[in-house]
Amino acid sequence: MSPAAKAASVDVRGLSVHAVRADGSSKAIVEDISFSLPPGEVLALIGESGSGKTTIALAMMGFSRFGGTISAEEIRVGDMRIDQMDEHALTGVRGHRIAYIAQSAAAAFNPSRPIMAQVIEPLLVHGQCSRKAAEAKAITLFRALALPEPETIGSRYPHQVSGGQLQRLMAAMALISDPELVILDEPTTALDVTTQVEVLRTFKSVIAQSGATAIYVSHDLAVVAQVADRIVVLKDGRMCEDGRAGQILEAPANGYTRALLSAARPAARPASQTAAENVLTVSGIHAGYGRVTDGVPAIPVLTNIDFTLKRGATLGVIGESGSGKSTLARVIAGLLPAARGEVRLEGERIAPRMEDRSREQLRRIQLVFQNADTALNPAQTVGQILARPLAFYHGIKGAQAHARVAELLDMIRLPASIMDRRSNELSGGQKQRVNLARAFAAQPDVLLCDEVTSALDTVVGAAILDLIDELRRELGITTVFISHDITTVRAFCDQMLVLYAGTPVELSTRETFAGAVRHPYTRLLVDSVPEMDPEWLAQRAAAERPALAVSPSSGPRSQPLCRFLARCPVAVAGTCDVLPPPVQETAGQRLMCHHTTAQLAAPAPLSEPVAP
Amino acid sequence: MMKPIFRTVRALPLSGRIGLGLVLFWIAIAALAPLIAPYGVGTFVDEEVFSPASARLWLGSDYLGRDVLTRIIWGSRNTVFLALGAALMAVAIGTSVAMLAAIRGGWTDQILCRAMDTLISIPSKIFALVMVAAFGSSMTLLLAIAAFTYTPGNFRISRALAMNLVALDFVQVARARGERSFHIALREMLPNMIHPLLADLGLRFVFVVLLLSGLSFLGLGVQPPHADLGSLVRENISGLSSGALAIVAPAVAIATLTVGANLLIDAIKPGAKT
Repeated sequence: MSPAAKAASVDVRGLSVHAVRADGSSKAIVEDISFSLPPGEVLALIGESGSGKTTIALAMMGFSRFGGTISAEEIRVGDMRIDQMDEHALTGVRGHRIAYIAQSAAAAFNPSRPIMAQVIEPLLVHGQCSRKAAEAKAITLFRALALPEPETIGSRYPHQVSGGQLQRLMAAMALISDPELVILDEPTTALDVTTQVEVLRTFKSVIAQSGATAIYVSHDLAVVAQVADRIVVLKDGRMCEDGRAGQILEAPANGYTRALLSAARPAARPASQTAAENVLTVSGIHAGYGRVTDGVPAIPVLTNIDFTLKRGATLGVIGESGSGKSTLARVIAGLLPAARGEVRLEGERIAPRMEDRSREQLRRIQLVFQNADTALNPAQTVGQILARPLAFYHGIKGAQAHARVAELLDMIRLPASIMDRRSNELSGGQKQRVNLARAFAAQPDVLLCDEVTSALDTVVGAAILDLIDELRRELGITTVFISHDITTVRAFCDQMLVLYAGTPVELSTRETFAGAVRHPYTRLLVDSVPEMDPEWLAQRAAAERPALAVSPSSGPRSQPLCRFLARCPVAVAGTCDVLPPPVQETAGQRLMCHHTTAQLAAPAPLSEPVAP
Repeated sequence: MMKPIFRTVRALPLSGRIGLGLVLFWIAIAALAPLIAPYGVGTFVDEEVFSPASARLWLGSDYLGRDVLTRIIWGSRNTVFLALGAALMAVAIGTSVAMLAAIRGGWTDQILCRAMDTLISIPSKIFALVMVAAFGSSMTLLLAIAAFTYTPGNFRISRALAMNLVALDFVQVARARGERSFHIALREMLPNMIHPLLADLGLRFVFVVLLLSGLSFLGLGVQPPHADLGSLVRENISGLSSGALAIVAPAVAIATLTVGANLLIDAIKPGAKT
């Protein structure tokens, strides 16, 4: 690591970036941005998408996307006047003295070259040292970033490492040239919470070690709380607030900052009014892809899912990406037929395949897709999109349909004038509202929401959640709410289903979920959600314990072992790696674990992890 | 009914309006050929061959002393109806089959793809020769041959487009709603692939003109005394060295028709805000 003295201070005064529109007029993307940052400190740029965070960050390197023009009284990084440099001088600075870590490492790495060649490229491009020295330096960095097998990981290709590892390798690429300023653009946004913690921690320590000044771009205040010394809050290309991290988080002066803070931590909704009748019953569902033999598909995704929902109740399904959350929604909707098990609607068994279900059954279960950008047909107007389910399920046509569409738009708080617009003329939040309205148009009994807010900004997403919550209570709709965001699900749902690798490790009511008894995986998930407290990351690190080392082949194959075994911090050798986990049921909770509920309530390790 | 058409025309850029004008011009000429042609299509009106333009023969005479203007007017009728008709048929059939393949997937897709691969491997000219030899040349047969020849190419393109669309969420939404394949194809998919399909239509149109001219060259296309624009160029080829109008005029006719059609197609952007 380089000496800390090398860090540069950053001064920005009166920065504006203008984009030229197709008709020749110019539009300000960001305007009148001024801040200064002492050497070695971390500045966070926070705001919604479109607020100009990335534009400002890139302007620090004298770069603007889409042919925008940068103008500023001063952009100074250390002894460099970025605003006065020409393209040639900037090329020498970028990736050398100022480094950039992009949001999606998966997209930033070239998939057809080994990682090492890409990591050391900045050094070789700027001719700073020989290939051999560069590789040695990279390996040191890999070690500092807590990457597995630092000596050999460089010879792998980007698809051969996990998303979190790739993000850390991206950091290695940026830090290898000992930059004076590091720009991190949403580096953990695409990661699961559990992975995010690890990446965040390594980033923090490596930046501290290198002593570089850093600009951290993010939309997540809690993440920023862990790393930033200063925070600049942005909205629509203008600065709302600028101050020390502690002040912004504890005593925000600006109304927008307060809105951001409250949206990040939604208030718990009151429990749902539920009727006695069971609306949706899912029992013993096994599903996956490929050929099905004896009720088990070639690539199993979901195993043994059971739950029952009363009218008006909500179920939250949480888990990391790849845990089978979305697959569950697809199985209930019939898009992916279950290999085994059944779905009942008000006690009546419905066919696993969507094609075999009646139109009435299809109407009663509506799936809201995650991504409204692709779920709305760009060739149709909003009016056409909403009128179709009305005509298809209810036979409403003509003027009556027009009136009903207007009613639906009013319900989702959009003006009726939006009816003639196409989806590509709407904002992300408006699209998601239309996507929701289409599901409500069918007047369903069961609403399946698949990550409906994950593509949206915090504030916009919070508004959508409020809307769903209000409408489902008003209409008495049973809701299955799928999300990776535990905070939201907890505030929103009456029951929680935690999936790990397709197995239901825990099913709890909201009350028991808030209690002390938790499946180890649930505990890991909940504890991984960053808190606004700047000390959280350090405390989190102290609380962590290593998992039991297991060989994947141990245990009898016929009985599946606990899927969480390899990551479980409280696994017991001789039990967990030999026997399949039993299902324990208590009032309001069902757990799949060897530990008793009393043991699970204790946060401390139950027994020393046994070394292999 | 007229209002949206009028609005669409207003929204066209200049190039699109020029294209639309040219296409409408040729369609009008083709439709009104019997009324506006000054002479009979096979009538010999001049003693001289390749005579220059005059008040009596606006575009001069051809290699047999027939009126070039008359022949172009009648030739455009064959070209427009045969070529446009065949191109439309090829695209309609190819796209329908492609959407069926994309929506059904699996075995249906495999069988249709292999069948189209088989068709694409038949040399078009030889196939046309065999068919004309077997059944005798007629307008219907030429239309069928040209459509049949260009269907597999369009199938390939539209299947690729449809395959991308089928995987999109809004098609999944329609499926989850319980929509029939026909609705999905017509309402959800077709509007999103119409623009590339129109571009393909323009391309096929030019190909059909070439195929028909080729057949006419072999004496198997449109039968004399009638001719399509392509065969007009070919039959007057001997006038090329002297730069006779008899060869320049039909060539210009083909050029304006095909360029016009492509200008129009490029300018139409379905789904764009008008």
